[in-house]
Amino acid sequence: MKSKQLKFLIGSIVILIALAWFGYQGFNESMSYFQTVPELYASGDQAYDRNSIKVQGEVVKGSIRRDGAATVFAIGPKDFKVPQNFSPGPATQTLQIRYVGTDAIPDTFRDYASAIVTGRLRRDGTFEGTFIQAQCASKYERESAAGVKETAANQ
Amino acid sequence: MAQLGQFGLAMAFILAAYAIVASLVGIRARNDKLIASGRNAAICVCIAISTAIFSLGYLFLTNDFSVAYIAAHSSIDLPLHFKISSIWGGQEGSLLFWSWILTVYSALVIAQNRNKHRAMMPYVTSVLMGTSLFFTAMHLFVVNPFKLGAIQMPNGAVSLFHPNDGAGLNPLLQDTLMVIHPPMLYTGMVGFAVPYAFAIAALISRQLGDTWIRTTRRWTMIAWGVLAIGILLGGNWAYHELGWGGYWAWDPVENASLMPWLIGTAFLHSVMVQEKKGMLKIWNVVLIVAAYTMSIFGTMLTRSGLVDSVHAFAKSDIGGYFMAFIVVTLSGALYLILDRLPYLKPESQMGSVVSRESSFLFNNLVLLVSCFAVLWGTMFPVLSEWYNGNKITVGAPFFNRVNVPIAIFLLFLTGVGPLLAWRKASTNSLKRNFLMPAVIALASGVPLYFLGVRHFYAWLSLVMSVFVGITIVREFYKGAKARAYGTGERFHEAVVNLTLRNTRRYGGYIIHFGFVLLFIGWSGQAFSEKIRFPESGIGKTFNVHQYDMRVEDMGVRQGPNYAAQYASVSLYEYGKKIAIMSPEWRKYGGRDQQGTTEVAILSTLRNDVYLVFQGSTDGVSGDFTVYYNPLVMWVWIGGTILGIGTLIALLPNRQTPSKRLQPATVKESEELGQAV
Repeated sequence: MKSKQLKFLIGSIVILIALAWFGYQGFNESMSYFQTVPELYASGDQAYDRNSIKVQGEVVKGSIRRDGAATVFAIGPKDFKVPQNFSPGPATQTLQIRYVGTDAIPDTFRDYASAIVTGRLRRDGTFEGTFIQAQCASKYERESAAGVKETAANQ
Repeated sequence: MAQLGQFGLAMAFILAAYAIVASLVGIRARNDKLIASGRNAAICVCIAISTAIFSLGYLFLTNDFSVAYIAAHSSIDLPLHFKISSIWGGQEGSLLFWSWILTVYSALVIAQNRNKHRAMMPYVTSVLMGTSLFFTAMHLFVVNPFKLGAIQMPNGAVSLFHPNDGAGLNPLLQDTLMVIHPPMLYTGMVGFAVPYAFAIAALISRQLGDTWIRTTRRWTMIAWGVLAIGILLGGNWAYHELGWGGYWAWDPVENASLMPWLIGTAFLHSVMVQEKKGMLKIWNVVLIVAAYTMSIFGTMLTRSGLVDSVHAFAKSDIGGYFMAFIVVTLSGALYLILDRLPYLKPESQMGSVVSRESSFLFNNLVLLVSCFAVLWGTMFPVLSEWYNGNKITVGAPFFNRVNVPIAIFLLFLTGVGPLLAWRKASTNSLKRNFLMPAVIALASGVPLYFLGVRHFYAWLSLVMSVFVGITIVREFYKGAKARAYGTGERFHEAVVNLTLRNTRRYGGYIIHFGFVLLFIGWSGQAFSEKIRFPESGIGKTFNVHQYDMRVEDMGVRQGPNYAAQYASVSLYEYGKKIAIMSPEWRKYGGRDQQGTTEVAILSTLRNDVYLVFQGSTDGVSGDFTVYYNPLVMWVWIGGTILGIGTLIALLPNRQTPSKRLQPATVKESEELGQAV
């Protein structure tokens, strides 16, 4: 009986170690830091060394434009009011993003959308994005209170 | 109507509390009348919650936008079936829907067992009503679906607000599948509450044989099957609605529904060991507690915004309440398990490593590891932030690295486990059962390799699918042949009768076969391709594998509640025109002006051509993306077979005529006589 239980134990441990190893590999391959724009700026020089960062912010109104195959835009704090001669940077807690990914830009991506861009921060201060997610339903619901307010103000 | 709904909620709250007290006091005092009264109260909770949810439905149908929930999720022009599905389209309503399913389950199971298991049922009632009480309290005090709309005036005063039209339902949710997918997920997740309640009742009443398992087997099967179908429907929705060419992304919300299902799968298998051998008693109780906890946790995950998700819903403060509820129920259950350990001793010893029970054990081990990995990956951003302030996310590669080998190992067990003997399988039986399928499977691996299946896991998964497929088909063949020989039935009759006489076993095989097909479909993912064709105008052609496409037309059209840009694209296979694909890019009205893609998909058993049109800014040229997705259709076929198998496994076994000649089986024995 004892030897049978030992066999089970060994078998299970082998399986667990193998899976843990796979998990470890997959983790290293796909981990990324998830930060808001201010957090990204606050992490200083470390930010340049991180291979994969997911940065979250609201798409700055009017900032989306095409540049060849890339899409360039800026993200920043919620309801950001664009000043005259706007240039994204730490001063306004906004970040210039250059999206070079191959995936199509999601339907929900537009001005004021809450976007999560995966990529890395380059030395020149632009963020090179390879993947964009834009939040849809949550945005939708959170906005409802604001949306109702707007309608009320119009009446 | 809002008041009626509110009244229903209040009644449900009082009745649920009463049902708990009456049942517990009743069983202590051995007062059958009190127990019966608790039971009736529990059934009335169902009526009360039904009143609430039908009131909410009525409010939707009558466009009563004075209620905040209706104003936020519906609009006058919303088609009828979407108005109904809006009931569960948002936070408040979906939680109410959850409650409703729970109370319907509770009422059915309590009524079904009203004269049985007298020592257990009052506790079952209490546990089910405990969950109902928690949810009803949430509806009443935290996320009330009947709250009237209100706005804050500039001077700070709050006044009621009744808009003329609602905000509308999120266009992505305006899809027929979204009418049925969430209810199925909920029906599945909530379903684990029934076996959970029986398990807790069994612990409290120290009746820890397999009564609680046998009584709830069908309930567990229903929950499991419905959840599986619900998850697959969600994948199907994502596939044809979201326009990114896939059906599974390891998003937290998807994971939330997968975790209880994984544990439920482990539970469904390990209970068989308890029924047959009286082992794994502690384990089974732990599993069902875990499955229930995961269901609650999953509901919380999708509803609280605890973890960022692409399709997370409202951020709200319900998380704290749910966490508290989970802590309370979990620690209660753990205390009970520890306290009742002496009653959970195994009745027999573990068999050899190559035996049925050990295959179940390994099945359980890897399913739990899988669930743990999914949980870990999903919660890692939260955990890492707690730990050192860095929010670190993990992506699909992590989940795939762990879960793909687990899934293939499970597929292997699917083929091997059911044919292994209990205790110890002899070398001879191994040869008899597995040599032929293994040889054929490996032989099929060679042409697969030369046909281009060079991705290791995809190759392994396909070879394993062949292996398992053969073992299952052979089981039917051997069983039916023996039966046809014994009874004189024709072969196909024998297959049907065989299945109907042992629905649990053969239904299980059919479910397993559904998984074989699912694996074939999943393997295709390794060969998916995506090609973008930006700024393509009329006359532009593109080529993907054996397909050529030509943009024939582009234009604008007006839908009932949206404006669409459409493209018309001819599809040629090997130069022969086979279809016209019409993808669209739609903008819905309402405040959000959200754009969505309507994908055009051509599905064949071999591959899908998946064409996305992302609209045109200048009216002359637009962006197209083509996905070439091999074998996707098999995922949906496999899911359908899985559902059919679950239904068959739920049927009662048909009795053998020779044993009992009853009216129901007379016709059958007559047929048998004719055949003889």
